Amino acid sequence: MDLAPNNESGSTGPLNREEKLSPAKLTLAQYIVALILVVLVAGLWRLQIVGADGYRVLAEANRIRKVPVLAPRGRLFDRDGRLLVDNYPSVTCYLLREQIKDLGTDLPYIAQGLHISVDQINATLKRFQTAPKYQPIPIKQDITPDEQAFIEAHRNELPELETLDEQRRLYPRDGFAAHMIGYVGEVSEQMLNNDSRYSFYQPGDVVGRSGVEQTYDALLRGTDGSRDVIVNSHGKEVGHLGQTLAIPGQDLRLTIDLDVQMAAEKALEGKTGAIVAMDPHTGEILALASRPTFDPNQFSVRLTRSYWNEILSNPDHPLLNKAIQAQLAPGSTFKIIMSVAGLQEGIAQTMHVPCNHGGTFYGHYFACDRNHGMVDINSAIPYSCDTFYYTLASRLGIDTIARYATSLGFSQKTGVDLPDEVAGTMPSTAWKLKTQHEKWYAGEVISVGIGQGAITATPLQLARAVGGIASGGVLRRPHIVFPNEVPADVLQAVHESFPGSGEKTIPLSPENWQIITDAMANATNPAAGGTASIAHMEGIDFAGKTGTAQVMSHDALARSGKGHKTVPNAWFVGMAPRRNPDIVVAVLWENGDWGKYSALIGAQVVDTFVEKQRKRQNNIRIAEAPKPTALPGTQPSDPAQAPTQTPTQPGTPISALPANQPAMPRRSPATPAGPRPASD
Amino acid sequence: MFRFSRYRDFDWVLLGFVLLLSLLSVLEIKSATLHTKFHGFEQKQIIFLLTGLVLMFLMSLIDYHRLVDIAPYAYGISIVALIAVKLVGSKVLGARRWINLGGGVHFQPSEWVKLVLILAIARYFWRLAGKELTWPDIGKAFALVGVPMALVLIQPDLGTTLTYLPILIMGLFLGGLRIKQTAIILLVLVMVGGIAWKSGKRLKPYQQARINAFLDPDTDPKGSGYQIRQSLIAVGSGGIWGKGTNQGTQTQGDFLPIPYTDFIFAAFCEEHGFVGAVGVLLLYLLILMRLIQNAQTASDLPGAFIIMGVVAVIVFQIAVNVGMVLGLMPVTGIPLPLLSYGGSSVLFTFLALGIVMNIRMRRFVN
Repeated sequence: MDLAPNNESGSTGPLNREEKLSPAKLTLAQYIVALILVVLVAGLWRLQIVGADGYRVLAEANRIRKVPVLAPRGRLFDRDGRLLVDNYPSVTCYLLREQIKDLGTDLPYIAQGLHISVDQINATLKRFQTAPKYQPIPIKQDITPDEQAFIEAHRNELPELETLDEQRRLYPRDGFAAHMIGYVGEVSEQMLNNDSRYSFYQPGDVVGRSGVEQTYDALLRGTDGSRDVIVNSHGKEVGHLGQTLAIPGQDLRLTIDLDVQMAAEKALEGKTGAIVAMDPHTGEILALASRPTFDPNQFSVRLTRSYWNEILSNPDHPLLNKAIQAQLAPGSTFKIIMSVAGLQEGIAQTMHVPCNHGGTFYGHYFACDRNHGMVDINSAIPYSCDTFYYTLASRLGIDTIARYATSLGFSQKTGVDLPDEVAGTMPSTAWKLKTQHEKWYAGEVISVGIGQGAITATPLQLARAVGGIASGGVLRRPHIVFPNEVPADVLQAVHESFPGSGEKTIPLSPENWQIITDAMANATNPAAGGTASIAHMEGIDFAGKTGTAQVMSHDALARSGKGHKTVPNAWFVGMAPRRNPDIVVAVLWENGDWGKYSALIGAQVVDTFVEKQRKRQNNIRIAEAPKPTALPGTQPSDPAQAPTQTPTQPGTPISALPANQPAMPRRSPATPAGPRPASD
Repeated sequence: MFRFSRYRDFDWVLLGFVLLLSLLSVLEIKSATLHTKFHGFEQKQIIFLLTGLVLMFLMSLIDYHRLVDIAPYAYGISIVALIAVKLVGSKVLGARRWINLGGGVHFQPSEWVKLVLILAIARYFWRLAGKELTWPDIGKAFALVGVPMALVLIQPDLGTTLTYLPILIMGLFLGGLRIKQTAIILLVLVMVGGIAWKSGKRLKPYQQARINAFLDPDTDPKGSGYQIRQSLIAVGSGGIWGKGTNQGTQTQGDFLPIPYTDFIFAAFCEEHGFVGAVGVLLLYLLILMRLIQNAQTASDLPGAFIIMGVVAVIVFQIAVNVGMVLGLMPVTGIPLPLLSYGGSSVLFTFLALGIVMNIRMRRFVN
């Protein structure tokens, strides 16, 4: 390069031949500059004039975040308005995937700060893979104040973390009434994909997964609101605009009586089985307990693997609501249904059967537990004489028995407003042909006569059937929420979701009604030598029927799946008073050995109920000799009415009845009465 | 014959436009950093501007011919400095662009090289004036600019590298490049560029990502497309009149990336709307036209070449920066002259203007 210095005087160097640039080129340069700026102005026009509205929306979407305000779920109360299930305030940590810059780097910090493992977060993320990107993912529920402080302190480093105040379910402790209440949990993918009822839920939504929580989820869940907050690019809240208030879920009053429920829970403690107590006038379930139980509080937050394994490995299936899901041979409790069939068919009235430790039918010898001598219908029920019912069964035939049993709700769901009820089995010729493609052998009817063989039923089915018989043939749809608490359309939906035999009246003549109920009263009467004599309660008109169901017999073994447990199941169905009862209770104690032990359990529940009613009314009556005065099907069924009336002339004022016990304070703790001294 | 330079001949009109833009710059930097940790940068910008003004007046005192004379030496020193920065420079965000001089003062040679290149190109084409450009001449010009470009590119600093290009283009354009030569050069460039793009090895992943994001900002709204997307939202949502000073939700909510430097025009557009933005572009137009006018009245070729070199750099930076903000160009990290915050940018602009003033004051020399 030529480095010759320029002339000091300002004259041009020797190489210069031109002194000026071409004016045309400079003009062209001006045009080019102007053109570039015009292009830029056009770009501005495109964005600020043409696209302004669209970009304004985007700018608003940028800075305004809709923060959901979760509706508290409706609370659950017992029939007297006592709180069963409440909510408590809780904070959940969410992950905002839109805010994530480098998750791989952040994950270990998040995991450390929230005290969860990276794998757990990854599993959660995987579960929400298909959810829209803007949707926050709950990564830890019920976080501690420490963890909350961690999130607040790392807003800038971890803008993807967000907290949300929630109301969380607080269930009774120790699994109290857990099967009936149910629990809530995140809606599962399966539910979202396969069940139209859940179509409007989103992953992460909390729904009722069992029990009342599931059935009445639509009422309990309420409507979530939202808050519009102004945020900066780090998600930090810098102001707020407006809000839509959350509508809390509806509180529900259950038909459960806390005192009766407590008695049932206590009576079942340490056992495997179920109790269901019901008001046969209305179908209101007063108590429903199942054992073993589980802690629903564990389900409403993060279910730990160890607890889940504990539940799964328990051979007695804690999650199973045995009151509606255990289908087992009802044993001798089925003899009540046999009696209805025998009497209504006009056979049993005149039957006199000699019992000599059993009898021979169809060429086989069938045993009875003792020598009952000459037995008729009045003694067959309290003695629970198998020989009598073998004979009755052979005379009725399977299809007649099946007809009566079916009309009383066997082999059908009751239609109770709880999910996953099972129907049980009622064998018949048609049933056997259909399920086993085999002809029915007449000899098979003998074991059905004593509630064994292929017949299975749930405690609730038994309670409803026996309660209906004691009410003169009026059967109600069992329910756990007062129908008047529920809007008509929801009630309709519940009935359609849980179809069953529902409300019905079966023909039962007053004479037969009296024979059966009197005989059942004798079952708990030591003087009559009844099988449930040890459950006798002085001053309470308590009637019932025991059942000791062999678990080793026939296919019941395979059905129960508990071949190693050979001790019989102890059943009891009882009611008080004997006719038009205010309470009917069914007890299933698996491997409880003898029905009379279940009768003791049933007695505790009935005693608690009756004592409570008497205290409440200050008007205690002992059982009178009942007369079948009220016609079947005409019983008052107003749920508000005090349910301790013994059958009396309709319209007799309660206060007009004699009281033979002193008035007691209404709120005194209702302690379940212990079993009466056993005398067997 | 010889006349002393007089401040009557100083371009006060040009300085007025420049100061007006500088004022807008200070106000917008204040607004854009209001709620950030960079709050108070507008005061630093004022200091940069005052320093720039002093340098501009000092620069106008030195005869630009002296500058043209020392251009070869300055060029040599520049090359040494660029090599030095690669060897001993401070590493910031993966790139070595700065030499730490101690006391918190950082020196970015690549900015000053712009000025040196303008002078060197002016000198080179001045000496070739009057004769037709041969291919060796063209090759030398390419080498003159290409060597510092390569050195800056490996820092790596693509943005600054690209700002050297308009100096070369302007030199070739005014130096008499013929249309046939232009076509051949363009053809070669397109082919080389195509091969480089195909092989994909010439660009860093973040550079490729920027170009992809430019082509479709919505593909990755949280990644590379984020900046462009937020910029478009800021500009678009400003509408005709803007949201008002300190009222830009994109700017104030920290959605707009670096709203006081590279994306300051987006911040300005959001808060002052189409009207304000066109006003700013109009000021740029006035400044550039005034500069070109000064080139026309320059007393000799070197002066005209120098001014047009300055024009080329400023136009290029406006086009690339505003184009980026408006989604017409990929993200390159080139500041907007006179509006973006930053000492190097301000000082370069005012030194360049100082030389322009210098040339203007000596326009009646001959």
